[in-house]
Amino acid sequence: MPDTFFTTPPDWQWWIILYFFIGGIAGGSFFIATLLYLLGRPSDRPVVRLGYYVAFIGAVVSGLLLIVDLHRPFRFWHMLVESNTGQLMFKSWTPMSVGSWGLLLFGLFAGLAALSAAREEERVRWGPAFVVTSGFRTVVAIVGGILGFFLAGYTGVLLSVTNRPVWADSPMLGALFLISAASTAAATLILLARRRSTADTVSLGKLAEFDKWTLVVELVAIVAFLITLGAAARVFLSVWGVLLVVGVIGAGIVLPLAMGLGWVKRWTDRPVMAAGLVLMGGFLLRVVTLLSSEQVHIAGSRVITP
Amino acid sequence: MAEAMGFFTDTTVCIGCKACEVACKSWNQLPAREGGQPEMSGDSYDNTVQLSGTTWRHVKFIEQFDSPYNGRWLMMSDVCKHCVQAGCIEVCPTGAIIRTEFDTVVIQSDVCNGCRACIAGCPFGVIDMNPVSGTAQKCTLCYDRMGVGLEPACSKACPTDSIQFGPIDELRRRAQTRLEQLQSQGETRAQLYGADPDGPVGGLNSFYLLVDEPEVYGLPSQPKLPSRNLASSTVGSTIGAAVMGAVGLVTLRKRRADEVAEAERGGAPRA
Repeated sequence: MPDTFFTTPPDWQWWIILYFFIGGIAGGSFFIATLLYLLGRPSDRPVVRLGYYVAFIGAVVSGLLLIVDLHRPFRFWHMLVESNTGQLMFKSWTPMSVGSWGLLLFGLFAGLAALSAAREEERVRWGPAFVVTSGFRTVVAIVGGILGFFLAGYTGVLLSVTNRPVWADSPMLGALFLISAASTAAATLILLARRRSTADTVSLGKLAEFDKWTLVVELVAIVAFLITLGAAARVFLSVWGVLLVVGVIGAGIVLPLAMGLGWVKRWTDRPVMAAGLVLMGGFLLRVVTLLSSEQVHIAGSRVITP
Repeated sequence: MAEAMGFFTDTTVCIGCKACEVACKSWNQLPAREGGQPEMSGDSYDNTVQLSGTTWRHVKFIEQFDSPYNGRWLMMSDVCKHCVQAGCIEVCPTGAIIRTEFDTVVIQSDVCNGCRACIAGCPFGVIDMNPVSGTAQKCTLCYDRMGVGLEPACSKACPTDSIQFGPIDELRRRAQTRLEQLQSQGETRAQLYGADPDGPVGGLNSFYLLVDEPEVYGLPSQPKLPSRNLASSTVGSTIGAAVMGAVGLVTLRKRRADEVAEAERGGAPRA
């Protein structure tokens, strides 16, 4: 039996699952917006702006979810400042410490990007004038995009840097969460952009194309994840395995991929259906990853598995 | 720094009296579970079942019986191992977990914010939440008692000296002598767990004499630090980010947009 099975679950459940899902969408939305800003056309700007708005709202919600999950929420600032010395609290070898700073900085840049986008659309009229300059936008896009990549992937690294079953048994979780963040963010932007008349069909086509290839990469990553789990994969010889194969891989990756490739033509509004399935699959991936591990614990001298 | 102190637990002389559990609860004023309602595990004399935020000592009962008249009990008083390289200290994001002058590991309850990273990082499943304080808690090796020259409550209460407290070097010598004694008497399964300073996690300042494999006692055979995965997982994420960047470069760039537009107008996309 793997050594990781002789440990105690940290009770990271629904608040953390929601954070991993929403934080992933926020980070993914920003880096998709950055790529579109740097590589796309002026007509892609509505989707770029949408990406910034989603990133900012997602960052704020992520922070709140993390605070709510703490057993002493009013001590959330202990993550950033040493409570007994007043010095900055930062441990470069601790993903949760780096992640706390990463989320804070990401929220800052997502806020600046959203403000710039809102000024551009004349939704707001306040704020310094330089936020709409090209140089400022480019700097914010590049730094925020890098932070977006970080936010999308560090959550998987955080799980790996533990001693818990599944999480600490594969080095693939960071990559898998990052790729899943990209696919769920693209799906979110597709769904939201279709509701906004400003996004043109070419931009939507590019997002769908991006999501299609991301799903291919995600399929490869999830297979690699399962292979690298080794003996710890026995956790999935349970209802969690069924949910992983049917919900995450089948309905959340293979089916929307088949729709994107035109192999499934049953539904009339396939892009919406595919995006919805991708979001469901991304959420279930996090549910399965966290809760399957949470159910492994020690009772007396025996290891209890799902 | 003062001399490194710790526990040597000789499981062969544990009689399962649970005096250590009671003494620990009493000295540290740890609350009862479920408001003091009696709880039975239903399958063992072990009704404590596991270490927790309110139970910092736990006597494990392991029954090894082939038949009602042929077998043995293994008993082991489990506690925080006070690892020389502690996984909990590594992953704690607030600096709440510290190493003391006695080379022991202590959680500062006034700093902990209940993020529970240490619970996931501990290779032994020792740490858990205390629902009263809302912080992660575990054995402090009676830091307050040691500070005034007293030995920890559990070892003080142990009637058979199964739990021995003292300087680590002295405890290692005692453990080695006891191991050789048992082996000379034919107990070939006897082994020390965590006594080797060159072993996993730099050795344990609370180590054990066992008479079966560690897994039988619910202990990992090769406890590891959480940070072992940091480099590989970070590299994996970085590769993932690079691949996603490449996918974005191919699908989101301007030329790609032209191809999509052309395809939508009915023309074949360019290769």
